[in-house]
Amino acid sequence: MKFAIQVNEGPYQHQASDSAYLFTRAALEKGHEIFRVFFYHDGVGNGTRLTTPPQDDRHVVNRWADLAEKHELDLVVCVAAAQRRGMVDDGEAERNGKDATNLHPKFRISGLGQLIEAAVQSDRLVVFGD
Amino acid sequence: MAEQIKNFLYLNRRAPYGTIYAWESLEVVLIGAAFDQKVSLAFLDDGVFQIVKGQDTAGVEMKNFSPTYSALGDYDVNQLYVEQESLEERGLTIDDLMHLTWEDEDEDWAEKDSIRVVSRAELAKIIEQQDIVFSF
Repeated sequence: MKFAIQVNEGPYQHQASDSAYLFTRAALEKGHEIFRVFFYHDGVGNGTRLTTPPQDDRHVVNRWADLAEKHELDLVVCVAAAQRRGMVDDGEAERNGKDATNLHPKFRISGLGQLIEAAVQSDRLVVFGD
Repeated sequence: MAEQIKNFLYLNRRAPYGTIYAWESLEVVLIGAAFDQKVSLAFLDDGVFQIVKGQDTAGVEMKNFSPTYSALGDYDVNQLYVEQESLEERGLTIDDLMHLTWEDEDEDWAEKDSIRVVSRAELAKIIEQQDIVFSF
């Protein structure tokens, strides 16, 4: 089956990203396809490369990045939600005159159309959040 | 881009200004409207407050985005379900809601109501009929 995943909450504060990650990993292990993982609302915070959790805890951001590396996952951060919350890549830094970037290179920033497209193209959209 | 048409339902369950979910849900609806899918919205729980008329956000210094709901008809988003029990539980009636309308191209642009009040049981059936359910 082909899944689209939506993550609506930030890392550590909320279990949504953990559950989404575990679901995604399990689905891939079972041979399913993940069309895209779309990060929305505070979920965009899952894409910052500057995250530094305590060493004895899981690294939510790197865990997504590692899974993406292994399975060529498309990890997309919503641009409008990202702009509000200070998530910046090179393109956004240039467009908005910011002096730094924080997006992890395994993630990309794009529009909400990517969420709609993922919903249309996939057999199931699975939303993680409250 | 989308070669197939699916039934999209946006579930709006939260009050409009306490969190950003309502506003960012509306942003998805507006973008999604360009994809030629069959779209409907449902307002339930505290989400019914999103379409209460006469919203004034000056005191909380937030953007009043409620006028945007009036524009949904122009985006061919004209199926808005409101759960009866959620209204009653909050002491609201349909008269407390904005009068949201759309113009029916097939009937000489006749103005029609977008809002339909449905029972919890009816809404459950509506949800069941969807291909895609976004919950905000």
